[in-house]
Amino acid sequence: MLNGVSYGLLLFMLSSGLTLIFSMMGVLNFAHASFYMLGAYFAYSISNVVGFWPALLIAPIGVGVMGALFERYCLRRVHRFGHVPELLITFGLSYLILEVVQLIWGRSTVPYGLPEQLQGPLFSLYGTQFPKSRSFIMLVAVVMLVSIWLLLTRTRIGLVIQAALTHPDMVESLGHNVPRVFMLVFGGGAALAGLAGVIGGNTYVTEPAMAGAVGSIIFVVVVVGGMGSLAGAFLASLLIGVLQTFAVAMDYSLSSVYKAVGFIAPDTGIWASFLHLTLSQVAPILPYLFLVLILIFRPRGLLGSREH
Amino acid sequence: MPSSSLNRGRGLAVWLVFAALLFVLPLVLTSSLSLTLLSQVGYLIIVCLSYNMLLGQGGMLSFGQAVYTGLGSFMAVHAMNMAAQGGWPIPLVLIPLVGGLAGMGFAVLFGYVSTKKSGNTFAMITLGLGELVASMALMLPEFFGGEGGVSTNRVYGQPFFGFNFGPQIQVYYLIAVYCFICTALMYAFTQTPLGRLLNAVRDNAERVEFIGYNSQRIRYTAFIIAGFFAGVGGGLAAINFEIVTALDSISSVRSGGYLLFTFLGGAGSFFGPMIGAVLLVLSSVLLSGITKAWLLYLGLLFMLMVMYAPGGIAYLLQVNIKVMKLGRWWPLFPVYLFLALGSAIALLGFSILVEMIYHIQLDSALGPEMPFMGTVLNVDQAATWVGSVLILLIGIALLALGKRFFVKRWNLIQEQIQADGGMAA
Repeated sequence: MLNGVSYGLLLFMLSSGLTLIFSMMGVLNFAHASFYMLGAYFAYSISNVVGFWPALLIAPIGVGVMGALFERYCLRRVHRFGHVPELLITFGLSYLILEVVQLIWGRSTVPYGLPEQLQGPLFSLYGTQFPKSRSFIMLVAVVMLVSIWLLLTRTRIGLVIQAALTHPDMVESLGHNVPRVFMLVFGGGAALAGLAGVIGGNTYVTEPAMAGAVGSIIFVVVVVGGMGSLAGAFLASLLIGVLQTFAVAMDYSLSSVYKAVGFIAPDTGIWASFLHLTLSQVAPILPYLFLVLILIFRPRGLLGSREH
Repeated sequence: MPSSSLNRGRGLAVWLVFAALLFVLPLVLTSSLSLTLLSQVGYLIIVCLSYNMLLGQGGMLSFGQAVYTGLGSFMAVHAMNMAAQGGWPIPLVLIPLVGGLAGMGFAVLFGYVSTKKSGNTFAMITLGLGELVASMALMLPEFFGGEGGVSTNRVYGQPFFGFNFGPQIQVYYLIAVYCFICTALMYAFTQTPLGRLLNAVRDNAERVEFIGYNSQRIRYTAFIIAGFFAGVGGGLAAINFEIVTALDSISSVRSGGYLLFTFLGGAGSFFGPMIGAVLLVLSSVLLSGITKAWLLYLGLLFMLMVMYAPGGIAYLLQVNIKVMKLGRWWPLFPVYLFLALGSAIALLGFSILVEMIYHIQLDSALGPEMPFMGTVLNVDQAATWVGSVLILLIGIALLALGKRFFVKRWNLIQEQIQADGGMAA
């Protein structure tokens, strides 16, 4: 359960940045998971030089600066062409980042390990140990959640951001530089993804495939939670995190359902393998299945507002 | 329009040229490599055009087109195996239609969910569905053949008018016939009321709703038709390769490739995706053989295209042809030469850098010497690095200068054209 929650919170760190960018700028950042990967690789390189704890700070800033530069020089240029080119350019960026990462750090896994303070279990519960690194993810995610919330609702810049979200022209005529606010938001979102990469990269593995592995999941999270809803993203990430972690541990299949109601599933034939798939085997597709179900029964997402 | 009969004549001429090209090309380029390439181009034209039915004509950015081509391929492979065992008496020439019907069937199923939304949400749903099907395919090895895929033999049953489709050239002509018919049908689709409505839905769905059409149903119908043609393309691919693997043909990487090249070719015009299909084959077969970093170059090209020419190559061609017709193109020629020179120099510097880094990454065991375009570079010397960075910077500077020239002269030409009373390109 706690593993699921910590995975869910990691997903939320990613999807919160995505949601922020989307709700502000209407841009679905396809390269978001690539920023996550960059965060992990930056942290790996930096921690080799100055250690993990400074990297925890420097790597997200580096990723954030790159995100801001991308917004300033690429995204802003295509903004006038509409939303599809905006999505396309981030799609192109995801290709580019993947290739550059392979170019610089190679195609295999890099040995980005946990610092000593985070190794080992934090506590044992019913015989299973809960690693410190997972709890660190939870800690960082919660701190981040609270600070984003405080930033958006309690500070001046947060209020400007919220105002620019709904009335960009008005905010501009009040003397605020809205394009710069957009740049900050994009950079901030990228930095959040980078932060998730710094702590996710050493808990899981740091490899070129890591962006693709979480990439589509966080889009599922954003759609399931309701496009642009931060709270929805939170709920959806936890749900999907827990769902996936539980499913991996379960051994039920459709044939055991058959057995429970008194039938015996056939061992041969086209459907046999389908019936004998265990829940742990189908775990990777559960988020997508969930997405389809949500779209059929509640098209606006869990906490999304009705489309106008 | 007084010249509509003239236009019709010209349209007919274009189709005749296209048919003649399809017919003559394998007779001119006779090597087996070019025949393989041409066959791939043939069915990829169908796939890219079907994809553009969504992207260009319907404004639907799909990340899951490979689902329909891939499932079409699998159905085609199984149909061929069944027919070979005497199960279903389907001749090979109709196998692509089996693929098409499969693609259509799955589009009916998945399209219902996908087309409920438009815009960004549509893109995300197709992405999710694509992942869903791709991972499902690996879980059901009986049908999808696991990692090894399903293989078949296209030579079975009675020969069709003396063709048994064993030799590649016969397969090519089968593909070419399908390519021509499908292209014509998809072009005809753009002229139907439904095709026009699809454009209207892309431009302003709300207004279409106001005049009494259901925009969701229009998108859904177009999605199904696109699924059919994608499946035909998939079926032809299965015939061409005689093997289909789920890892490759249904993957999201494949879907991304269709998107990338359709856009590069030009989503805004009907013929753009055909250029894209040619590029897809050329780069995935030839470029990937030259350099390991081909995806890097491609991604960069794609981003530059999105930023500077979102209409793709087809749009660039159209605009220039228009200016040429108005007799104002020649003043641009030196500027283009200059730009080409700048990009060649920038590309040279950039590729030296990239290839040297790759050399250090992968082949450092072979020593510091690296062959590059006929010469040998030493990756240990600082001079090579400084030199390549310098070349890159010079190229970029030339490009920036050329861009300034271009904008100035282009605007001047537009003014002249408008002064002549013509429409600016």
